[in-house]
Amino acid sequence: MKILVAVKRVIDYNVQIRVKEDGSGIVTDNVKMSTNPPDDNAIEEAVKIKEAGKATEVVAITVGEEKAQETVRKALAVGADRGIHVKVDGILEPLAVSKILQKIVDKEKPDLVFMGKQAIDDDCNQTGQMLSALLNWPQATFASKIDVKDNKLEVTREIDEGLETIEINVPAIVTCDLRLNEPRYASLPNIMKAKKKPIEEILASDLGVDISSRIEQLKVEEPPKRKAGIKVANVAELVQKLKNEAKVI
Amino acid sequence: MSRESMEYDVVIIGGGPSGLSTAIKLKQLDSSLNVCLLEKASEIGAHILSGNVFETRALDELIPNWRELNSPIKTKVTKEKFLFLGKTKSLSWPTWLLPSVQQNHKNYIISLANLCRWLAEQAETLGVEIFPGFPASEILYNEDGSVKGVITQDMGIDKDGNKKDSFEPGIELLGKVTVFAEGCRGHLGKQLIKKFELDKGKDPQQYGIGFKEIWEIDDKNHEEGLVMHTAGWPLDNNTYGGSFMYHAENKQVFLGYVIGLDYKNPHLSPYDEFQRFKTHPAIKKIIEGGKRISYGARALIEGGFQSLPKMYMPGALLIGCDAGTLNMPKIKGSHTAMKSGIIAAETINYHFKKGDNLSVYEKIFKESWLYKELYKARNVKPSFSWGLILGIIFTGIDQILFRGRLPFTLKHKHADHETLKPANQMPKIEYPKYDNVLTFDKTSSVYLTGTNHADNQPVHLKLKDPNLPINYTLEKYDEPAQRYCPAGVYEVQKENNQNKFVINSQNCIHCKTCDIKEPSQNIIWITPEGGGGPKYGNM
Repeated sequence: MKILVAVKRVIDYNVQIRVKEDGSGIVTDNVKMSTNPPDDNAIEEAVKIKEAGKATEVVAITVGEEKAQETVRKALAVGADRGIHVKVDGILEPLAVSKILQKIVDKEKPDLVFMGKQAIDDDCNQTGQMLSALLNWPQATFASKIDVKDNKLEVTREIDEGLETIEINVPAIVTCDLRLNEPRYASLPNIMKAKKKPIEEILASDLGVDISSRIEQLKVEEPPKRKAGIKVANVAELVQKLKNEAKVI
Repeated sequence: MSRESMEYDVVIIGGGPSGLSTAIKLKQLDSSLNVCLLEKASEIGAHILSGNVFETRALDELIPNWRELNSPIKTKVTKEKFLFLGKTKSLSWPTWLLPSVQQNHKNYIISLANLCRWLAEQAETLGVEIFPGFPASEILYNEDGSVKGVITQDMGIDKDGNKKDSFEPGIELLGKVTVFAEGCRGHLGKQLIKKFELDKGKDPQQYGIGFKEIWEIDDKNHEEGLVMHTAGWPLDNNTYGGSFMYHAENKQVFLGYVIGLDYKNPHLSPYDEFQRFKTHPAIKKIIEGGKRISYGARALIEGGFQSLPKMYMPGALLIGCDAGTLNMPKIKGSHTAMKSGIIAAETINYHFKKGDNLSVYEKIFKESWLYKELYKARNVKPSFSWGLILGIIFTGIDQILFRGRLPFTLKHKHADHETLKPANQMPKIEYPKYDNVLTFDKTSSVYLTGTNHADNQPVHLKLKDPNLPINYTLEKYDEPAQRYCPAGVYEVQKENNQNKFVINSQNCIHCKTCDIKEPSQNIIWITPEGGGGPKYGNM
């Protein structure tokens, strides 16, 4: 069994996001970038399945600019066998990414495609689902437990009401939740070894898919600041303020 | 525990200006050398914080064509101001009356973090292996006592010291020569200085704490290339310190404050001095209507020539501010750190090629401009122990009339942890409330640093005696850690009417002030799990 894992380079989750002054986007210059956190879980799970002898190869793929390759390199350092970097400048929407992934799936013929449930930058939560539709493969989203059983997967999903366990046929798409596992650290010797693992570079423009934007972004703004609270002296004042100022009672 | 080990010709600890300069120069001198560089931050530059007005002298030597390589050195200093601040008034000091070391017209306003990122790219192009996210936690010694290399931090240990499922043991990195370039108060450098008595016959090292904020300000208040320094308010005559404000590109100003850690009043809060400094009319009028986008703090070295330890020992070199090469009157340490790194590479090259002992470092250092520069600067900082006014008068005589050639050397008499007076003998200081416009609390400041430490790991701020803060330091000094820590790591909380000393180590921005200023030297800063700490952008 072969597993393809999609990883995305995003602004590190510890960094405070800053909106550009002209509202055209967010500031990314000299900002620490990292792998999208649930994508780390996706890689970890694929590597674990391989270590358990249930998969033969783990291929990490990213779609993005030159530096996005770092995320593939990191995946290689924690156990992926080889990498693919589809090069493209600018920001792609989930539909474009899933079309690119479809092309790669056609070529690589993996049995499973893993990725994070959503990226922490645009929070779209769409790429896995769209890829599932384009390929007409079953999908299991928000996976917090994956059991590989012959040609089937038993997947526990994090849903609003609690946990849902489903069984799906392989080939399949799985999008991973943060609760799925605890990603391992990349050790120094493995980082060294990862430098020698192959990464295939492909130009998005050579794949023959329409990756044009379907959404026009008008403006990016910071959420409005919360007003400072006040202290009231007694219940009477509280009631009075709720009635007359906040007008909620 | 058995560990994997990797061997290199040279292992460098720390990806700041000095360590990166060593790495680059080594590969320039001999491209066949295997050189690796460890950095505790998640990426190069993420733990770098500096003013910074940059003198290019060392860079001109290291990478003469830096102008053609898209370096982040762009904003030339075009104008200078020096102000003495009273509580509401300010007096402008003519720049022609400043000592020449404080004149900056050939220098550039830069972000040192960005310069380090760029230097790291240059080093990687030359074949240096750079490993961010890997702190060196221990020193390894050979049987003959010489330095053998370092061990990287174990990863995946829980707060009680047990191995988690994700445990990844640190590895041994062995170097024919190990270069320590951890910056001010490096936790391994400190051990080396003690073990090899590198500071024998030297004055105690002197430190300061430096704050920096980046503000995006109104176009009309912004003068790209303007460098402004102040002395005076809010500090009293007996406390050493001052501010900087550099107008960088993109409508940003780099605003900061440095206070000598030899201050005496335990009630003093360096953080709050900086915050209230911003409310001075001369400063407020520039940043008003602007927005604070970054915050950070870091201890810096102020001891200079008299306190500079020996920089070589068997198997290793100690460079940059891990030793203490900052030029205090010049308020600059980047070019000197870089030069000390270049000298380290030259030393190692002689050592490998001709079999010279590493002590040749001393010889090259003494013949260099770095030595002359530090020598000339040596009397300025100690003269300020007489107070601001006498310090300025003396500095004028020493630096302008005699150009640093007075035939005597003033001493630093005390280490910074010895200078605090008991709390009940010193005046309390009432700091104004934060207005959330110009001044902010520590929590919202730390938030801007992007600081994080993985949950469930051992506390990396060790107390030699866990009871001392409450039983002694609180009583005698009103536990100054609550105030000198710029990130609110230390708190004294009441629990069932009992005082309790709390260490919020996840907030630590790796400034090392506690390790320096704690009056009993009871706090030891050690490396946390790799990648932890601040994630500074263009600091």
